[in-house]
Amino acid sequence: MLWETIMLALQAILRNALRSFLTVLGVVIGVGAVIAMVTVGQGSAVQVTADVEKLGTNIVMVMPGQDAMEGGPGGTASAQFTLRDNDRLEEQMGIVDIAAPIAATRARAVFGNENRRTDIVGTDNRYLEAANWEVARGRIFELAELQSGRAVCVLGETVRKELFGASDPVGQTIRIKAVSCEVIGLLQSKGASTFGSDQDDFVLMPLRTFHRRVAGNSDVTMMYVSVREGVSTDRAKQEIETFMRDIRRIGQGEEDDFTVMDMKQVATMLSGITDILTGLLAAVAMVSLLVGGIGIMNIMLVSVTERTREIGIRLAVGAQANQVLMQFLVEAVVLSLIGGLIGVILGLTFGYIGAQVLAVPFAPDPVIILIAFGFSAAVGVVFGYFPARRAARMNPIEALRHE
Amino acid sequence: MSDAPLIDLRKITRVYGSGASEVRALDNVDLTIDDGEFVAIMGPSGSGKSTALNVIGCLDSPTSGEYRFCGTEIASLTRDQLALLRRHYLGFVFQGYNLLARTSALHNVELPLIYKGLSRSERLKAAHSALAKVGLEHRARHDPSELSGGQQQRVAIARALVGSPRVVLADEPTGNLDTKRSIEIMEVLQGLNRETGLTIVMVTHERDMAAFADRLIWMVDGRVERDEQIGKAA
Ligand SMILES: Nc1ncnc2c1ncn2[C@@H]1O[C@H](COP(=O)(O)OP(=O)(O)O)[C@@H](O)[C@H]1O
Ligand SMILES: [Mg+2]
Repeated sequence: MLWETIMLALQAILRNALRSFLTVLGVVIGVGAVIAMVTVGQGSAVQVTADVEKLGTNIVMVMPGQDAMEGGPGGTASAQFTLRDNDRLEEQMGIVDIAAPIAATRARAVFGNENRRTDIVGTDNRYLEAANWEVARGRIFELAELQSGRAVCVLGETVRKELFGASDPVGQTIRIKAVSCEVIGLLQSKGASTFGSDQDDFVLMPLRTFHRRVAGNSDVTMMYVSVREGVSTDRAKQEIETFMRDIRRIGQGEEDDFTVMDMKQVATMLSGITDILTGLLAAVAMVSLLVGGIGIMNIMLVSVTERTREIGIRLAVGAQANQVLMQFLVEAVVLSLIGGLIGVILGLTFGYIGAQVLAVPFAPDPVIILIAFGFSAAVGVVFGYFPARRAARMNPIEALRHE
Repeated sequence: MSDAPLIDLRKITRVYGSGASEVRALDNVDLTIDDGEFVAIMGPSGSGKSTALNVIGCLDSPTSGEYRFCGTEIASLTRDQLALLRRHYLGFVFQGYNLLARTSALHNVELPLIYKGLSRSERLKAAHSALAKVGLEHRARHDPSELSGGQQQRVAIARALVGSPRVVLADEPTGNLDTKRSIEIMEVLQGLNRETGLTIVMVTHERDMAAFADRLIWMVDGRVERDEQIGKAA
C-alpha cells in the first residue's frame, strides 16, 4: 500500500508538472540562498581564525595603559615600558620564551622619487623570531648594529615594492625622517589579513637607532612575548600580569596600568566583526527562505480548489481519508526533498564560487543546511498537507462542489 | 445479507441552508429499491433528484430520517466504513462527470480499482474493457480536456462500471449524448442489469431513456410523487 501511495503521489507530481515545478523552485530558492550565503559568511569567520592562528597562538602582547584599543604608541598617559622591563620579563620568567621590545611610529620612507607612509618599527632580532618572519633576501641585524644603533633597516614586502619596484634594494639607502638608512634585508611576505590590512607594510630598524634618531626617547611601546610551548596563554597572562605589577610597583588594590592581551582576544575582537557579517548574510538569506516559502504557499493555496475536488473524486470512488492524505503528504515530502536536494547542491555550488571569489575557505555548515532544508520542507508539507486534510474531512459531495 | 431491501429510505429529509433561505431538497422521502432493479428517476429541475442520488450513494448525509443499505443503518457507519461501502458496492456517474484533470481517460477509469487493491496489469485490463463497453477504447490516452462532453460522460460511466459494483447511481448519464449514443449506453446498462443483476438508479430527463428501466419514480419538490413499474418487467 505504501508503494501504491508513492506511485499515486508521483503520478500526481507529473500530472501537475507546473505546480510541482513551482513548488520545487520555491524550495530551491529558499534552501539554496541560505546555504550559499551562510557558507560564505562562515568561510570568512574561518579565515579570520586561521589568520590569527598564523600570528601564533602562543603570543601575548603587553601594552601600557588599560584600554587595549587606546593603548597604542603614546596612546595614554600610563608610563611606557623600558628595554630593561622587556629583558627582565624574558630573563626572569620561566614561562617566557622570547620577549621582543617594540617601539613604533608612522613616518614616510623615501627612496629617489618614490615614497610611502608606513610603520617605522624599532626592535631587534627577537621580534623576527617570535613573530616568525622569514628573510627573503639579505640578512637580519648584527649584534654590533643593534648595540651601536647603526642606521640600517629591514623592509617589509610592501615597502620594498613601493620604493624599489623591480630593482634590488639591498645595499641601497632610504631616508626616514632625517635618517639615512641602509637596507640590509627583505622579509618574506605574509600577505593581507582577512580584513585587508597589509601585514607587510613596515620598516624595521634597531631599537637603539629608533630611540635615538626617530623617537627621541627610550620608550618601549609594546612587548611582544612568545610563551614557552605547553604553557597555556591564560596562565601566561596571569603570571605576566603579576610580574609586571611587581616591577611597576603597583600596590595592592590598585589597578593595572598596562594590558596583557593574547591572540585569542584579538581573534574574538575580529571574529566579532565577521559574526556581524555572517548575521547580515543570514538575515538576507532568511528573507529568501521566506520568499521561497511564500511562493510555495501561494502555489499550494491556488491549487486548493482543484485539490479539494480531486479529493472529493477520490473519496467518492472509495478512497479513505487517510489514503488520500498519505498521498498528499508523500507528494509534498517528495517535492520538498527534490527541491531541498537541488537547493543544497546549488547552495553549496554558489557558496563554493563565492568563497573562491572572496578568497576565503569553503566552510559549509551542516546545521544551516539542515535548518534550511527543514524549513522549506515544512512549508511544502504544511501548505500541501493542511488544505488536503481539511478537504479529506468534508463530505465527498461538499468537496466535489468546492469552488 | 438478509432479505432486507438493498436500499431502504425512510422519512429522509435533506435541508440546505437555514432560516429564510432554507431549501428542503428532500422532504420525507420513503423509498425502497430491491437488488437487481433498474429504476429511473424523473422530475423537474430542482426537485431533489441529484440530492436523492447523493444520499443513496453515501456521498451526502440526510438531515433526518433513516437510510438502510442491505439492512445496515448508514448513520451508524464511520467515514471509513462508508468509503469501503462506496468502494465495494457503489459506482457513481456524476452529472458534471467529475473526472481528474490532466489525467488520461484510462487512468480516470482505473482510479476506483487502485483503492480496491488490484494489481496494475489487472487495473489496466479492466479499465480498457470498461472503456470499450462505452465505445471509447480509441480515446484511452486522451485527457478530459481533449474529449467532448459526451466522451467525458462516457468516461465517467466507464469509471462507474469498472469495479463491478452492486449498484450504479447515474445522474443524467446521457444528458450530453446524441440519441444513438444514448441508446447504446442504455443497452449496455440494461444488459448488465439483465445479465449480472446490477442494480441501477438513474436520473434522466428523457422519457425514451427512462423507458429502458423497469420502474419509474417521479419526484416533485423533494417528494416522491409517483412510483410505478413500467415496461415489460415484473
Ligand atoms: N449545495 C446546495 N446548497 C444549497 N442548496 C442546494 C444545494 N444542492 C442543491 N440545492 C437545492 O436543493 C434543491 C434540489 O436540488 P437537486 O437535488 O440538485 O435537484 P435536481 O437534481 O432534481 O435538479 C434545489 O432547489 C437546489 O437549489
Ligand atoms: Mg440534478
